[in-house]
Amino acid sequence: MEKIFTKPESLYDVPTHYCPGCGHGIAHRLIAEVVDELGIREKTIGVAPVGCAVVAYDYWNFDCSEAAHGRALAVATGIKRVRPENVVFTYQGDGDLAAIGTNETIHAANRGENLTVIFINNAVYGMTGGQMAPTTLLGQKTSTSLEGRVKEKHGYPLKISEMLAILPGVYYIERVSLDSASEVLKAKRAIRQAFNNQINNLGFSLVEVLSPCPTYFGKTPKEALEWVKLVMQKEFPLGKIK
Amino acid sequence: MQRKRILISGNEAIAQGAICAGCNFYAGYPITPQNEIIAYMSKYMDKSGGVFIQAESEIAAINMVYGASAAGARSMTSSSSPGISLKQEGISYIAGSRLPAVIVNIMRGGPGLGNIAPAQSDYFQATRGGGHGDYRLIVFAPGSVQEAYDLTQTGFRLADKYRIPVMILGDGILGQMMEPVKLTAKKNKAGLRKPWALSGCRGRKPNIVKSFFLREGALEEFNISLQKNYQLISKKEARYEGLNLLNAKVILVAYGTMARIAKSAVSQLRDAEKKIGLIRPISLWPFPQEPFKIKNKKLKYLVVEMSYGQMLEDVQLAVSGRNPVEFLGRSGGGVPGEEEIINKIKKIL
Repeated sequence: MEKIFTKPESLYDVPTHYCPGCGHGIAHRLIAEVVDELGIREKTIGVAPVGCAVVAYDYWNFDCSEAAHGRALAVATGIKRVRPENVVFTYQGDGDLAAIGTNETIHAANRGENLTVIFINNAVYGMTGGQMAPTTLLGQKTSTSLEGRVKEKHGYPLKISEMLAILPGVYYIERVSLDSASEVLKAKRAIRQAFNNQINNLGFSLVEVLSPCPTYFGKTPKEALEWVKLVMQKEFPLGKIK
Repeated sequence: MQRKRILISGNEAIAQGAICAGCNFYAGYPITPQNEIIAYMSKYMDKSGGVFIQAESEIAAINMVYGASAAGARSMTSSSSPGISLKQEGISYIAGSRLPAVIVNIMRGGPGLGNIAPAQSDYFQATRGGGHGDYRLIVFAPGSVQEAYDLTQTGFRLADKYRIPVMILGDGILGQMMEPVKLTAKKNKAGLRKPWALSGCRGRKPNIVKSFFLREGALEEFNISLQKNYQLISKKEARYEGLNLLNAKVILVAYGTMARIAKSAVSQLRDAEKKIGLIRPISLWPFPQEPFKIKNKKLKYLVVEMSYGQMLEDVQLAVSGRNPVEFLGRSGGGVPGEEEIINKIKKIL
């Protein structure tokens, strides 16, 4: 009998360390499915971030590098320039890409590096215990904004995808969400697009993935998905940005 | 390559040495007094088929080098003191990920923004790792433009051999001064085979380049393996130049530019029939222990540095209290001159 649904070859058959209801597992799987479908597993090089997904290479069955916190796009630049025939992507959280690594993000994008970026935005620092992220919403309570994020004290949620879209070096940016099955399918299409762009030498492509963190949203997995859909998407509207 | 002599600066010699060693990736950020390196690499890397990137910061540059080395390239970055401070996190990651890389520091005055005068005050930072964690770099201190060219090539070879970051530690004088250099190397692009490098997992299991060891005991195991590598390097790679060591009453110890000035003081005093010698460490880590084993109770050492006593501590450790160790040093743009050295020697003789 033909199997029509299996674990992707690009994903190891192991349990992950992620919390129940976390979006990372889904995002990892979408990347693995796309890599399999494009037939590029043997030439893909992933760059893992510092953050909850630091050991993503324990789950992906292809070459990977770590990067210091925020430096994934500098590391990926080095790899891709040396090996333009390989497919190189970074997987970064909001703290990594939009706080400590903002400089590397903007300049890799501005150079138009032919790279694929999967940007996981869950509006909070997960690994270090739920502190305020650059993308934390106004009013959102975190361990470093106990009364909720206040614009006068903490500034505004950073819309880095919109900022990057104005750079001529950027080819493609889309914001997607993991809050429902239909949105997950759209997310996969965007990820596939971002990998295809690199294969076709079209330049810098980024997919921002709104992702639930039930643990530090202080919600159940189901409530966390609803919060991503009803609250987070108001601040971070879905769709193609560039 | 035809063997010919060309007149170039120390900075250019380092860049040319890198190209001759098959360096195929360079990323850097401008800072005085090493700007000739980035300019030279920009001019010649494309021609030699390599990659040149002017990075947005020293931090980005060292992390680009991390990526390029992870992908198997022979990679280099260069900077000067404040910029090298910025690179320290990246250097620690390179050491922790067992990646080869060459890092050039053409030292200037510090602390802080300091000034752009030559200095040797980054010795501690260079020889003690510099960033976080228990790690070392091989550190070479060229004493001439020719040696800057030669040691850069040796640096690439040893970086690959031991999978360790190598630092070329010069100062503003060495970087700026011009001397004839004999181009000795054949272009060597191949380097070593690097089965650990990232290239896509065709026909093999995936390679992972990382410095993160979460499982209990794993990091200690890894750190022990690093230390074994360092012990091997200490045994095999210490380099120095010794001058008139037999029967010397005073042995000067100096490296880089400072050793050139010390050398002329030595020859003046020898002309006056004083028994003066010189030890010039060429590798600062591993620090050469061998020349300090001379058994002569009347011998005194005089360490001369463009700092307030950094290599001094390594000399004291090597001498282990067998003989007195005196010191002469200036920093912040001050360079101990020949006369100052001679006066100091006369005082301690």
